Amino acid sequence: MTVLDSKTPQGALADKWNNYKDHIALVNPANKRKLDVIVVGTGLAGASAAASLGALGFKVKAFCYQDSSRRAHSIAAQGGINAAKNYQNDGDSVYRLFYDTIKGGDYRAREANVYRLAEVSGDIIDQSVANGVPFAREYGGLLDNRSFGGAQVSRTFYARGQTGQQLLLGAYSAMSYQVNKGNVEIFSRHEMLDVVIIDGRARGIIARNLVTGEIERYAAHAVVIATGGYGNVFFLSTNAMGSNGTAAWKAHKKGAYFANPCFTQIHPTCIPVHGDYQSKLTLMSESLRNDGRIWVPKRKEDVEALRNGKIKPKDIAEENRDYYLERRYPAFGNLVPRDVASRAAKERCDAGFGVGETGLAVFLDFSSAINRLGKKVVEERYGNLFQMYEKIVDENPYETPMMIYPAVHYTMGGLWVDYELQSTVKGLFVAGEANFSDHGANRLGASALMQGLADGYFVLPYTMQNYLADQISVPRFDTNRSEFDEAEKQVKTLIDKLMNVKGSQPVDHFHRQLGKIMWDKVGMARNKKGLEEAVKEIQALRAEFWKDVRIPGEINEVNPELEKAIRVADFLELGELMAMDALHREESCGGHFREEYQTPDGEALRQDENFMYVAAWEYKGEGKYEMYKEPLNYEFIEVKQRNYK
Amino acid sequence: MSNKFLKYSSVTKKIVMSLAGLFLIVFLVMHLSINLLLLKSDDGAAYMQAVHFMTTNPIVKFMEIFLFGGFLLHIILGIVLQIQNWQARPVRYKVEGFSQKSFFSKYMIHTGAIIFVFLIIHFINFYFVKLGWVNPPEGVDKHDFYQMAGILFSNHFYAILYVILMIVLGFHLNHAFQSAFQSLGLNHTKYTPAIKAIGTIYSIVVPLGFAIIPLYFLLIK
Amino acid sequence: MNFTLKIWRQKNAKAKGKFVTYNIENISESCSFLEMLDILNNQLIEKGDDPVSFDHDCREGICGTCSLYINGRPHGPDDAVTTCQLHMRRFKDGDTIVIEPWRSGAFPVIRDLMVDRKAFDKIIQAGGFISVNTGGIPDANAILIPKDKADTAMDAAACIGCGACVAACKNASAMLFVSAKVSHLAVLPQGKAEASRRVQAMVAKMDELGFGNCTNTGACEAECPKQISIDNIARMNREFLGAKLGAQKQK
Ligand SMILES: Cc1cc2nc3c(=O)[nH]c(=O)nc-3n(C[C@H](O)[C@H](O)[C@H](O)COP(=O)(O)OP(=O)(O)OC[C@H]3O[C@@H](n4cnc5c(N)ncnc54)[C@H](O)[C@@H]3O)c2cc1C
Ligand code: FES
Repeated sequence: MTVLDSKTPQGALADKWNNYKDHIALVNPANKRKLDVIVVGTGLAGASAAASLGALGFKVKAFCYQDSSRRAHSIAAQGGINAAKNYQNDGDSVYRLFYDTIKGGDYRAREANVYRLAEVSGDIIDQSVANGVPFAREYGGLLDNRSFGGAQVSRTFYARGQTGQQLLLGAYSAMSYQVNKGNVEIFSRHEMLDVVIIDGRARGIIARNLVTGEIERYAAHAVVIATGGYGNVFFLSTNAMGSNGTAAWKAHKKGAYFANPCFTQIHPTCIPVHGDYQSKLTLMSESLRNDGRIWVPKRKEDVEALRNGKIKPKDIAEENRDYYLERRYPAFGNLVPRDVASRAAKERCDAGFGVGETGLAVFLDFSSAINRLGKKVVEERYGNLFQMYEKIVDENPYETPMMIYPAVHYTMGGLWVDYELQSTVKGLFVAGEANFSDHGANRLGASALMQGLADGYFVLPYTMQNYLADQISVPRFDTNRSEFDEAEKQVKTLIDKLMNVKGSQPVDHFHRQLGKIMWDKVGMARNKKGLEEAVKEIQALRAEFWKDVRIPGEINEVNPELEKAIRVADFLELGELMAMDALHREESCGGHFREEYQTPDGEALRQDENFMYVAAWEYKGEGKYEMYKEPLNYEFIEVKQRNYK
Repeated sequence: MSNKFLKYSSVTKKIVMSLAGLFLIVFLVMHLSINLLLLKSDDGAAYMQAVHFMTTNPIVKFMEIFLFGGFLLHIILGIVLQIQNWQARPVRYKVEGFSQKSFFSKYMIHTGAIIFVFLIIHFINFYFVKLGWVNPPEGVDKHDFYQMAGILFSNHFYAILYVILMIVLGFHLNHAFQSAFQSLGLNHTKYTPAIKAIGTIYSIVVPLGFAIIPLYFLLIK
Repeated sequence: MNFTLKIWRQKNAKAKGKFVTYNIENISESCSFLEMLDILNNQLIEKGDDPVSFDHDCREGICGTCSLYINGRPHGPDDAVTTCQLHMRRFKDGDTIVIEPWRSGAFPVIRDLMVDRKAFDKIIQAGGFISVNTGGIPDANAILIPKDKADTAMDAAACIGCGACVAACKNASAMLFVSAKVSHLAVLPQGKAEASRRVQAMVAKMDELGFGNCTNTGACEAECPKQISIDNIARMNREFLGAKLGAQKQK
C-alpha cells in the first residue's frame, strides 16, 4: 500500500512554519498581477483566502452558490473562536492549544499542521479586530474570553451569540475592499460542478450560473476549494440547506484523495426532530452546557407518564432524575467533549429513558442555574438562545427544561491535503471544513472558525505563492481548450441524464432516505453488520434515484430542484465511501464509534497499533476506491487514552 | 430643476428638506403669535400694528425672501423625493404594508399637498391682495387684513375648512418635527425622547392656536 | 391546519407575473413557514407542476437569505424573526396567506419569490470596509474599545442584509441597511480613520442603485428581524453632514 507524503518540513515543531516561510519561493508584485486564482467558496476560509490573495496582488475570482458571498454557512456559527492569546493569564500557550486540539481529536490529526494552527491563532484575532469585528469587550476596553468544551483555559473570543457572522462579515468586507480595488471578482449564485485539469494541474472550473442555468468556464493558474463540510449527507443536520459536498466530490473524482470520510461530528445540543416534514436541525450553542444540567428520568414509569402528559418534568423529584453526564464523568460533568456527550445521550435514549414525543430527547435543565444565579443573569447569558428555542418549540425554557438531542454538525473528514494545503492534484488547494486537516477524529468547539481563517489569512498566501512562483511564465489559459470542452461536456451530460430520468419522486424523497440510512448505520454508533448493510442500501438507493427521480422545470432557468438533484447524486456516492471508510477503521476514535471497540464502561477504544494513520481514498470509478495511508507520527506529544472522568 | 439639483445625494436633499422644514416650523410660531392678536378685543388695533410692522420693516421684508425660498425648497424637494420614491418601487404590493410605527409619516406627501393647496388659497386671500394682484373684498382696504380675516372667518364654510386644515397641518407637523431632527442626525438617547415630546406638543398646540381663531369668530363674535 | 395560499409566480425577470392560488392541507402547527412551502413544492412536483422558487439557506435566522412578503409584512406576522423562523402556529386554521417577493426597483425579481439583492453587495464594495490588507496588524488589545462602543457597534453589525428594511419601507429605501454598516464601522476606533470617505461613497452608491429616499417612517426598524434601530440612520446622517461640511476640496 502506497504511503502518502505530507511534505512536513523538518526541524523542531515550533520552528517548522517559520523555517518553511523563510525558504519559500516568492512572486514579485509585477508578476502577481499576471497570475489568476479561483477560490470556490466564500465562507471564512474562502473569503479570507480571496481577500489575502487579492491583497497580495493576485487576480482572484471567488464563487459561491448563495445570492451573496456574505451568506456562506460560516455565518451560522454561534459560540466563538479559539486563540492562544493568554489574555486571561490562565496558563494558555501555543503549545497548550496545540495539545488540546490533538487530544480533542483523539490523536488522529497531523502534529505539524495543528501546531501551525495554534501558532497563527493569535494573528487571526488581530486581523479580525482590524477588519472591524466587534468582539465582546470588558469595561476596561480589553477583549473578553469565555471557556468552551475540552479545554481548561478561557481562550474563546466571541461576539455575542453571532461570532461566525461577525468573523465572516469581517472577511467579507476585507474581500469587498479587494473587489473595490479590482483584485477580486465575485461570482455569486454560481455552483462549481467540475475542476478542469490541464497537464496534471488544476487550471480552472466549470460552474453553473444558477440564474440563467448556463454552464460557464473559468480558467486560472491555481484553484482553491473552500466549500465547507458535507454533513448534509445525513439530510437532517445543522448545516445550511445548500451546504453540499459537490465541489469536493468532483475534485475527488478528478484525482484528489478523500481523507477520513467517516469522521463526522454529532453535536449533543440540538433541538430534537419534531416531525417528518422537518427540513433541518437547529443547534443550541455548546455554551448552554456551562450552566444547564442534562438529565433523563431514572424510572421508566416517569418516562411513560411524561409521554402521556400525566406529569410535567418539574414534577419529577430530584432523586428520580438521572444526571447521567455528572454520574459518568464526575471530573468534566456536563462539559465533556461533544462526541462523549452525544453518545451518552444516545445510550440513555436507546435504553428507553428518552423523553419527548419520539423518546429521542433528553432534558437540558436551567432550574438550578436560575436558582443559583437568578433569572436575570441566565437571561443575560442565554437570552437570545432561549428566545430562539421558544420560537421553534413554543415552550418557555425558563419554566420547563429544554429538550435536546444530538445532530450532525461538522465533518472532520475532507479532501486530503499536505502541509501546504495542496491536494493530490497539483495546483488544487483545499481550505476550511472542506479539507481534512486539523481536527483529527473530533473537533473541539470554537476551532473550526479558527482553522478556516488560519487557512485563508495566513497559510494559503504563503503556500500558494510557493506554488505559483514557477508559474509566472505560464500565460493565462484560453477557456476554449479541449480540456474545458471535455469537462463541460461531462457536466452537461450529467445534467441531461438527471433531467431525463423523469421519474415519479422529488429529490427530497431520496435525500431523506439516504439520511435515514446514514443516521441509523453510519451515525453515532456503528458496527460491522450495520455498515455492510449501509453500503448495500446506499447502492440500491442510488440505483433507484437514477431510475425514479423527478426534476421539474428546465435546465436553462432557475431550478432549485436540479441544484438539489446534482448535490444528492454526489451524496449518494459520498455516503457509500463514508460507510466503507467506517467499515475499514476497526477501532473507535473521536466521533467514529465502532460498537465492537469500546472499553468495559462504554468509552471509545482506539487501536493505535493498526489505525494511527489518515485514510485517503482515491476514486477508481463508481463505488471503487483505493486507500492510501498517511502514517501519523507523534514526535512531540505523548499519545494517551482520552479520559474525562 | 436642473440635473445638477437632482444629483445631490438623497441624504443632502433630506438635510435641506429638514432645515427648510425647521425654518417653517419657527415661522409658524411667529405667524401664530400675530394671528392670536386677532382675539384681542381692541378691534384689531394690536393685530394691525403687528401686520404693519411685518409688511413694512425692511429686515422682515428681507427675511421674506428666505421664507419663500424655504417654502419653495421644501415643496420642490418634497415632490422630487416623492417621485424618486415612487420610482424606487415600480411594482407595488398586493397587500400594502402596514407598520405600527409613526402612522402620519406615511402620508406626508398627502398632508403636504393639502397644505399646499390651502397655502395658495391663503395667498390669494391675503398676500396677493396686498400686492394688488387680487382685489380686496368690497369696501375693504387692501392692507386691512383684520377686516379680511373677519369676513373670511365669518363664512362658515371657510371657517370649517380652515379648522380641518389645521388638523391636517397637525398631522404633518407631528411627524415633521422629530423627523427633521432625525434627518439632521440630531439623535441622542437622552434628548430624543424630549424632542419627540416637544414635537407632539407643538403639533397639537400650534394648529390648535390657529384653529381657535375661526372658532372664536364663528361662535363668539 | 389548512390554508389558502396566494403566491406570486413569475417565470423569470422579464416575464409577466401573476398570483396563483393553492390550497394546502394537514399542516402541523409546529411546521415552519418554509417547511410548509417545501410540502407544497413536493406536492406540486408529484403533480407535475413547477414548484415555487424562494430563497433560503441557513433556516436559522442568520444568513439573511430568506425573504418573502407575507400578508403585507416582510418575514410575516411574527416580530423580530426571519421567515425561516416563522412557524405556522402564528396563523389561524383556514387563513388566506398572500406571499409576494420583496418589491423594489433595486431588487429585481429573478423568479417567483426570489429577488436579486446584489445591490447590497455593491454598496458594501463601495466603502463598507476598513482598508487593511492581511498581516502586519498590531495586537488586538493594542486599541482599547470601551464596552459600550463595542456593544453599539455589535448592535449595528447584527444586520443580516436580508433586505426586509427595503421591502418594508414605503419608499423602498435602503437607509437602515447602509446606516447599520456605516454605524458599525464609524463607532469603532479602527473604522474612524476613513469614516468620512466611507459614508460618502456608500450613500452615493445607494443613490445610484435606485433605492428610495428615507422619510423617517420607521417601518424598517419595526420590521427588521434583527431589530436594528433607526438611531443608526440618524448617526449616518450626522456622519454624512460632518463629512460633507468638513471635507477638503478634492485636488
Ligand atoms: C450551526 C453551526 C454552529 C457552529 N458554531 C461554531 C462555533 O461556534 N465555532 C466554531 O469554530 N465553529 C462552529 N461551527 C463550524 C464552522 O462554522 C464551520 O466549520 C466553518 O464555518 C466552515 O467554514 P468554511 O469556510 O470551510 O465553509 P462554509 O462557511 O460552509 O462556506 C462554504 C462556501 O462554499 C460555497 N460553496 C459550497 N459548494 C459550492 C459549489 N459547489 N460551488 C460554489 N460554491 C460552493 C458556499 O457558497 C460557501 O460560500 C458551526 C457550524 C454550524 C453548522
Ligand atoms: S434562511 Fe437564513 S435567515 Fe432565513
